[in-house]
Amino acid sequence: MTTEALFTLDFTNAAYIVAAILFIVGLKQLGSPATARNGNRLSALAMLVAVVATVVGNDIASWEWILGGVIVGSGIGALSARRVQMTSMPQLVAVFNGFGGAASAVVAAAELIHLMDKSDPIAENVSITIMASVIIGSVTLTGSFIAYGKLQGLVPTRPLLLPIRNVINVGLLITMIASTVWLVADPSITPFLIAAGTALALGILVVIPIGGADMPVVIALLNSYSGIAGAATGFVLGNTILIIAGSLVGASGLILTRIMTKAMNRSLVNVMLGGFGVEDGAGGSGGDDDRPVRSIQADDAATILGYAQSVIFVPGYGLAVAQAQHQVRELADLLKDRGIRVSYAIHPVAGRMPGHMNVLLAEANVPYDELKDLDQINSEFQRTDVAVVIGANDVTNPSARTDKSSPIYGMPILNVDQAQSVIVMKRSMSSGFAGVQNELFFLDKTMMLFGDAKDSVEKITAEVKAL
Amino acid sequence: MFDASALIIALTVFVLAIFIGYEVITKVPPTLHTPLMSGSNAISGIVIVGALLVAGQADGIAGRILGAVAVGLAMINVVGGFMVTDRMLKMFRRSGEGR
Repeated sequence: MTTEALFTLDFTNAAYIVAAILFIVGLKQLGSPATARNGNRLSALAMLVAVVATVVGNDIASWEWILGGVIVGSGIGALSARRVQMTSMPQLVAVFNGFGGAASAVVAAAELIHLMDKSDPIAENVSITIMASVIIGSVTLTGSFIAYGKLQGLVPTRPLLLPIRNVINVGLLITMIASTVWLVADPSITPFLIAAGTALALGILVVIPIGGADMPVVIALLNSYSGIAGAATGFVLGNTILIIAGSLVGASGLILTRIMTKAMNRSLVNVMLGGFGVEDGAGGSGGDDDRPVRSIQADDAATILGYAQSVIFVPGYGLAVAQAQHQVRELADLLKDRGIRVSYAIHPVAGRMPGHMNVLLAEANVPYDELKDLDQINSEFQRTDVAVVIGANDVTNPSARTDKSSPIYGMPILNVDQAQSVIVMKRSMSSGFAGVQNELFFLDKTMMLFGDAKDSVEKITAEVKAL
Repeated sequence: MFDASALIIALTVFVLAIFIGYEVITKVPPTLHTPLMSGSNAISGIVIVGALLVAGQADGIAGRILGAVAVGLAMINVVGGFMVTDRMLKMFRRSGEGR
């Protein structure tokens, strides 16, 4: 990175300004449902401008290799974008985050090799940013793939806690700093590889203790990292558009991370330390599993729903697991035809990534204005006849409001317990992610409908049709 | 050799861009959280620019291979990210709107 690269007045740098503006306007438009699609296209256009400006403004040799990379990468990207199921979007986002980080790390490696081939000494600011780029990129890579493994069920979703993990993590951090000092003092490939290796290990160790339901935070944070890694690469190459676009992504990921942690009433540090729902899982107000619950069948549920005046559906991760979004929409349509008021209550951390439920229901053709978030819907529950909880647990637990000893105390919840009656669809009486039993299940007004959500909803729909 | 002015310019751009990003995105409704993530994911594919630069300047075989790999990884992000975001956004509709 030289002042020259940043300051040269040429076609490329001028085009980068245009690209930067397009990225910012594109992101702005992505913030409103009416303009979002156009915003995404503007961002794509910005990317095209940046790429063309780069190719035109620089002597690009060895075209065959680049073309090979472009074809293979575009092919994989296009294929996965077309094939992916909406229920698997968290996995796809995780993998893409990982590839972004990997690309930054590889660029750093290639630049180091290039600089070492030249006889000039490498400027300290360049060698430091090369290390930043490879470290952030590598952490993003392995962290994302562990997150993918957890989402896909390849890695156990429960928090895995190594006994001396904090010691190990600190050791890895010290190794990274030491290898950076080494590389700055005496540029060679060895300290670079050490840093890369430690960062890859750190990515695994940082994500593995984090439980499945905390994945929305992890995915958002890794999203941010993939942007910061790109920005770090921009520092290495003295390239403004890389710094700008990378920072924009970094900021957007940070915002989402903050929204997610706020919705869980936890700090980022608390989430990253991991182990939630393990260490004090037996604490809180759970425990007493022998208390009786009221269990009903699909035909009972159909009668209750069919003669209600207002119904709120409360979906959670269980909806995604059962892939029941289309069946739920069908039932909702049927109820609406009977003149019943229907809406959906979406908790910010329902599912495995920010906005997971919204995408699933959009796929099932549910209009987005029927999906209400916490603030919009919570005052509605007391005026609602039936709340139908489908595969959601901790986000409906009234203990979060009252029980100071509960691990989820203080977490904003959906006030499902204020509805006239509650139907909970669930596989079994197992406790939620936080390891606490849900007090909602034991209320007099609550009816449990055990079984696969898709199955249950289908049966209810058939029964409502017969009413 | 430490090019302090280059570092300070880059840092200025970095900090300002973070702030712009924060201000621009801060009020995104929950409905758009996933598209925002996948869309910004596509934007992080901007590292394609860096990949092109290092691939283009590579003299040795190692540099060329690394460059091509970086280009490929970044293109997965760019093409996959923008396409899947568009696919999702196509599904979002208001009540009463046809598809």
